[in-house]
Order: sequence, then structure tokens, then C-alpha cells
Amino acid sequence: MVPISWYLIVAAVLFCIGLYGVLTRRNAIAVLMGVELMLNAVNINLIAFWRYHGPAGGIGQAFALFVYVVAAAEAAVGLALVLTIWRTRRTVVLEEIDLLKG
Amino acid sequence: MTLQQILFIIFATITLGGALMVVLRRNVFHAALFMILSFFGVAGLYVLLEAPFLAAVQLIIYIGGIAILIVFAIMLTRDLMNPDIPGAISQWKWAAPVAIILCAMLIWMAMSLDREAPVGPVPQNTISILGRTLVDAQGLALPFEVASVLLLVALIGAVTVARER
Repeated sequence: MVPISWYLIVAAVLFCIGLYGVLTRRNAIAVLMGVELMLNAVNINLIAFWRYHGPAGGIGQAFALFVYVVAAAEAAVGLALVLTIWRTRRTVVLEEIDLLKG
Repeated sequence: MTLQQILFIIFATITLGGALMVVLRRNVFHAALFMILSFFGVAGLYVLLEAPFLAAVQLIIYIGGIAILIVFAIMLTRDLMNPDIPGAISQWKWAAPVAIILCAMLIWMAMSLDREAPVGPVPQNTISILGRTLVDAQGLALPFEVASVLLLVALIGAVTVARER
């Protein structure tokens, strides 16, 4: 049997890799990819705790399903925003999208 | 080293290796393909955790939906004048220590969990229990309906934002 800490460590490393991607990448779509990695890490955590501390219930898996719903909604709206910015400003590099900068 | 541990190490390597390539590749299209590989690894981890329904949901929604959406967005935002797609890394000297320190804290917290706690068996009808939980009035019926409204709002919002004017 795999101890639960193994799954939590994989989720922690995946979360930190996603966080690194969000903080360093200049392309807006690459930042969204880092956010998706972080959401996957959260889901691994939820399912690991469901399996090891309450597999008879339905709340653990339902929680993960709601995370999927929010991730899909956020990816759709985020990519629509990126496409609109591309159409008007012709760039997706985050440092060049600075219209609100003082 | 039981078979389960060997499979876990294989899937964890696929997941973490793919994720590392996502954040390190300059070409953002290659990064998207490595992200799909990472999602396959996560689906394998779900199968090891005896949640096959969620593994299927991961494949359908993340790989079949969100990853395809990201690939479309990458292809639609290519700059033909400058074929070197900007995916460069900036400020990694600040981000790397933050990520490593957070990772160390989370791993330290994960290691302090009780390893010898007994693990119960998974019931035969987990999908039925999940379904009943989602529509039970004393369960998760309200979040279920709110999630549907969220999806509707996101759909209308995405179409409105990305409309040709």
C-alpha cells in the first residue's frame, strides 16, 4: 500500500511547479497552463484524502468534480480574454499589456 | 517494492516530468503538449487511488476540453512576423526560491501525517454514492446547481468577450 504522504508530496511538488510557471512565464497562455497544473495538484490532494480517510462518502469526489467545473469555466473565460487582447493589442506577452500602468 | 508502488512511481514521474517541461520550455506549443502528458499521468494516479470515474473525467474534461482549448488559443495568437513564439522565462531568480521554500514546507507537512493509520476498503458502488450525494437536498444539490449557473455564466461571458466586433 502506498502511504498517503507520497500522494501529498507529488501534489505539493506539482503545485510548486505550477506556481513557478505562473510567476516566471511571459506568455499569458503559459501562465494559464501553470494555473491548470496547480488545480490538478489540488485535485490529487482531494482524491488522496478521499481514498485514505473516507472512501465510503461521496463528498470527496464531488469536491474534486466542483474543482473541475471551476477550472473549465476559468480556462474558458481566461482564454477568451487572451484572444481579445491579441486582437486589439497584437501581443500576448504580459509585460507589454500595461495600459493601466501609471 | 510492490506493484502498486512501482506504478505510483511511474505515474508520478510522468506527471512531474511533464509539469517541469511545461514551465521550462520556451516554445509554448511544446509546453502545451507536455501539459497533456502531465494530465495523463494525473489520470493514472487517479486510477491507482481507485477513483476510475474521476480518471475518465480528467481525460474527458482536462485533455479533451481544456488542453484542446489552450492549443486553439496558442494557434490563434501566433505572430506571423515573429515566428519565435514568446514563452521566455523572466525573473526566475525570485520565483525559484519561493517555489522551493513552499515545496519544502508542504512536503514537511505531508511527512508528518500518520503512516500507519488503517485504510478502509472502497465500496463497490462509489459512482452511485457520488451521484446520490450530488442531488441529495441535504447533500450537495445547492452547490451542484450553483456550478451549473457558473458554467452558464462562463459560457455567456466567454462568448461575449471574444465576439468579433
